[in-house]
Amino acid sequence: MNIYADNAATTKMSKAAIEAMLPYMDEIYGNPSSLHSVGQRANEALADARMRIATLLNCEPREITFTSGGSEADNQALISAAKLGERVGKKHIISTAFEHHAVLHTLDKLGKMGFEITLLDVPENGLITPEEVEAAIRPDTCLVSVMYANNEIGTVQPITEIGAVCRAHGVLFHTDAVQAAGHLHIDIKAQNIDMLSLSAHKFHGPKGIGVLYSKKGILLSNVIEGGAQERGKRAGTENLPAIMGMAAALEEACHSIDEHAAHLIPLRNKLIDGLAQIPHSILNGDKDKRLPSNVHFCFEGIEGESLLLLLDDKGICASSGSACTSGSLDPSHVLLAIGRPHEIAHGSLRLSLSEDVTEEEVDYMIQAVTDVVTYLRNMSPVWRELTSGKSEFIIK
Amino acid sequence: MALYSEKVMDHFRNPRNVGVIENADGVGKVGNAKCGDIMEIYLKIDNDIITDAKFETFGCGSAIASSSMATEMIKGKPVSEAAQLTNKAVTEALDGLPPQKIHCSVLAEEAIKKALDDYYQKNGESK
Ligand SMILES: Cc1ncc(COP(=O)(O)O)c(C=O)c1O
Ligand SMILES: [Zn+2]
Repeated sequence: MNIYADNAATTKMSKAAIEAMLPYMDEIYGNPSSLHSVGQRANEALADARMRIATLLNCEPREITFTSGGSEADNQALISAAKLGERVGKKHIISTAFEHHAVLHTLDKLGKMGFEITLLDVPENGLITPEEVEAAIRPDTCLVSVMYANNEIGTVQPITEIGAVCRAHGVLFHTDAVQAAGHLHIDIKAQNIDMLSLSAHKFHGPKGIGVLYSKKGILLSNVIEGGAQERGKRAGTENLPAIMGMAAALEEACHSIDEHAAHLIPLRNKLIDGLAQIPHSILNGDKDKRLPSNVHFCFEGIEGESLLLLLDDKGICASSGSACTSGSLDPSHVLLAIGRPHEIAHGSLRLSLSEDVTEEEVDYMIQAVTDVVTYLRNMSPVWRELTSGKSEFIIK
Repeated sequence: MALYSEKVMDHFRNPRNVGVIENADGVGKVGNAKCGDIMEIYLKIDNDIITDAKFETFGCGSAIASSSMATEMIKGKPVSEAAQLTNKAVTEALDGLPPQKIHCSVLAEEAIKKALDDYYQKNGESK
């Protein structure tokens, strides 16, 4: 059996997305900035894609900036909001300890430029509260950035309420919706969002293309300088095939959100319940307020990379937050942020399901993970010490 | 290109010498769960010859394959020779490791050295 359960890393492109791209490679291949008819046809397509995406997000087309993906959108959102704050003497930014590195590393950079960064602690359930955000807001706060859904443990943040708190205090609110777009409903206006990042390859669109939504009136600062594309805010000839693929993928995904969730949630819960049967295992993140596709566990006494390699041998593609998969000595900052000790964080497993996962596949995954965890524990000196009582279990 | 060589994957998938030796003549444990790799090596030694070697490892593919290869390389060897085993030799025998994974193979060398120290100590000898 072959199961791709790493959809949080990236997804397979949909047929609709691929077909939407093809004409823009060899038929309507013009540069949207060209005045001739071939260019103008491309320009019309660009405008059409922008409008369709704006409709799906409930915003205006001119509030959409196409970027090279989620990372660039995050960078530009944070840098723009920081510069706007700086102009009025507000140099405090609030975010969370479990954001994606595209946010955290940009904040590091802003910190070095003299901004003060508050990273909110994340509780064990992986859910930030609006109260926690409100308590951190100061008179000099210019921006709050809280992700919609976490990319590792899949927890879904109360962004509507967090957005409302920010509105009430006159602070800009950015959300990294890279894991949410196409999987959870997004309504820019109803959810009090000022800035939002999304990335097409997480919802069956092409890689290397994304969107930065920023509310009318928020002046963007360029991250890429050059030509006058994207109202002068993002230079570079537009990647029209990718943009068309993204628009098609987002339409398809947004129209099926409820249907996909109805299919996924019972299977996700079955997988969670099945893996929870493994002794000394623990689910990471709230059981209900999580992406319909996300299952994330820690297993005591084993290391994640060997778990992944053996699952791969059994046809299952998964991911882990262990240090040895990342090349650094520290395990995932997300797991550390929710309070998992290093020893436990090394033995983590993320299964991010695709919408067409079957019950048979879920049963197979439960069996395969159980077998591999048992096998690795049997050769683990840590496990022997735990079971012989020489050291104490962290996960009861 | 795959992360690991065929040799590494072979030793990772079918590790040689997994287990514990009761009343071993030398035991060495290195690493800690915090950094992500722990290795424990057991030696049976007769007349200064390593007659058996076993290991238990908590760790990545590289750590498991290195333990397997290292124990294979010292079995049947005199302790003096085993003490010379380097992580470089282990890595070479595995047809190489990715640069960020070399540190895991260092653990195998260290575990063997520690097990030999334990053996010398138990036998009242200094190196
Ligand atoms: C939450 C989150 N933000 C940002 C990114 C970066 O997106 P991209 O790969 O399109 O740059 C990712 C993707 O890994 C993500 O999961
Ligand atoms: Zn390792």
